[in-house]
Amino acid sequence: MYYGEKTWEKAEQRIFQETMELALHKANLKTGDIDFMLAGDLTNQIIAANFTARGLAIPFIGLYGACSTMYEGLALGSMLIDGGFARYVLVGASSHYATAERQFRFPTEQGVQRAMSAQWTVTGAGAIVLGSQGQGPRITHATVGKVTDFGEMDASDMGAAMAPAAADTLLQHLKDTGRSPGDYDLIATGDLGKYGRQLVVKLAEQNAVALSDSYTDCGTLIFDESQDTHAGGSGCACSAVVTCGHILDQMKQGRIKRFLGIGTGALLSPCSCQQGESIPGIGHAVVIDAG
Amino acid sequence: MLLKAFLVGGSICLIGQLLMDLTNYKVTPGHILVGFVTAGVIISALGFYQPLVDYAGAGATVPLTGFGHLLAQGAIEEARRTGILGVFKGALSAAAGGITAAVVFGYLAALVFKPKG
Amino acid sequence: MNSSDPFELQKREYKKMVQQVKPKPTVIKNGIMAFLVGGTICAAGQLLMNFFKARELGTQDAGLATAAVLVFLAAFLTGLGIYDEIAKYAGAGTIVPITGFANSMVAPAMEFRSEGMVFGVGARLFTIAGPVLVFGIVTAWLAGLITLVLSL
Repeated sequence: MYYGEKTWEKAEQRIFQETMELALHKANLKTGDIDFMLAGDLTNQIIAANFTARGLAIPFIGLYGACSTMYEGLALGSMLIDGGFARYVLVGASSHYATAERQFRFPTEQGVQRAMSAQWTVTGAGAIVLGSQGQGPRITHATVGKVTDFGEMDASDMGAAMAPAAADTLLQHLKDTGRSPGDYDLIATGDLGKYGRQLVVKLAEQNAVALSDSYTDCGTLIFDESQDTHAGGSGCACSAVVTCGHILDQMKQGRIKRFLGIGTGALLSPCSCQQGESIPGIGHAVVIDAG
Repeated sequence: MLLKAFLVGGSICLIGQLLMDLTNYKVTPGHILVGFVTAGVIISALGFYQPLVDYAGAGATVPLTGFGHLLAQGAIEEARRTGILGVFKGALSAAAGGITAAVVFGYLAALVFKPKG
Repeated sequence: MNSSDPFELQKREYKKMVQQVKPKPTVIKNGIMAFLVGGTICAAGQLLMNFFKARELGTQDAGLATAAVLVFLAAFLTGLGIYDEIAKYAGAGTIVPITGFANSMVAPAMEFRSEGMVFGVGARLFTIAGPVLVFGIVTAWLAGLITLVLSL
């Protein structure tokens, strides 16, 4: 939790910075080679990303897309490269259970029963270096999502708040590209959890799109039942860690050829909740082709 | 008396649990605490809480409704005794010990311990 | 495709869908746990009451001593990180007793200690205790005032 630091915020920032440096190291690049860093997290004024950027000294664009930040960054980074504005872009996102609880919910030591639909914020960070050329997986498409709000009010059921946005982006993507879910070896949403995933399947069904077992959710993958997280994982790190770690690994091993990821975010704040606003959601889709 | 305290105290907690589980999800522990103290004040002011205290002892005083009872009886008794100034003094005078204990122990605990998360 | 846009789906329809999927809280289990744990805390309070009364304290002072001991224990267990583990199962059983009040003071205060003594610990002690005192005191004040008016 503290990762050798004095506060949780410092811990998150250190995890973030180490992840970014590791990504650079793996890509055999130095900070000076990177044209832009796109990063964000869940803390107020995205301090984890800001302070990481302070440490790395790369031209920095701070992002806030709640838990969709990683995919927002991937979409934007690909555009920067595609438009010829950059050769290398470093994209990252982080979250930390305790800083997120503090930001959005209750003090961790307070005696609160978590709802069965509640999710557990993933502590971690993910980073990807995008390059204009080279070997490895490529981003081929990106669908930037619309903010969608079906009037869900329950802050302990983020999956339900974000599912319409995810479904909307998914359907839009399929329509734009003329593809069907069968064209992908794997489709994954960011952090809808067990119940949000079911809602996306139902919403897609209503629009005559059948999602098979090749559709999963990062939030359901990252934790084990025995960890008692209720509906699954959430947070920027949820989709970031699963995508950068598990899914890219599977690609490397040749098990996945074409992947559609939809980073999902709930765009609420404690202030908007207390003022009785519903919870808008957003979903950004990115297609990654192996090799 | 022990059994009565257990049964009555447990029942009061059960009401709180049902309020959280069966109603609108916005009922947080904070709302429960505020609601129970306020309810305690009102029930006590209407004269229905003292009989419960006589019957169940700690089963009625340990739940936060008991704290409300303390505040209400303090205010009402002081009001009867010293008039308008008593209305202002009574509630907190009666609860002074409990509040001080909570503030002091709470402060010390926050100093000594680091949250595990 | 005549309805390719999920926006066409009425919000009301979506609400129904969510209700179908959304897991229900385990009301019976939660209720039993709240009853048992809450009852146990109150019974422990009664034991303390009996103990203090046997030391020849009056009912009021015995009540205060009981409250102080319970508050101390709750603050201590919160500090050790045990209270929230019990509360996970006991729910209102650990919120409604005076121990829950102590927990609601200590938990935010210790967590926000990193923001300093004044605005961290000092202010956050009253995140929940503040509203509790405000509404408790105002209602009690009203009760006193009404008593006074009626007795005139």
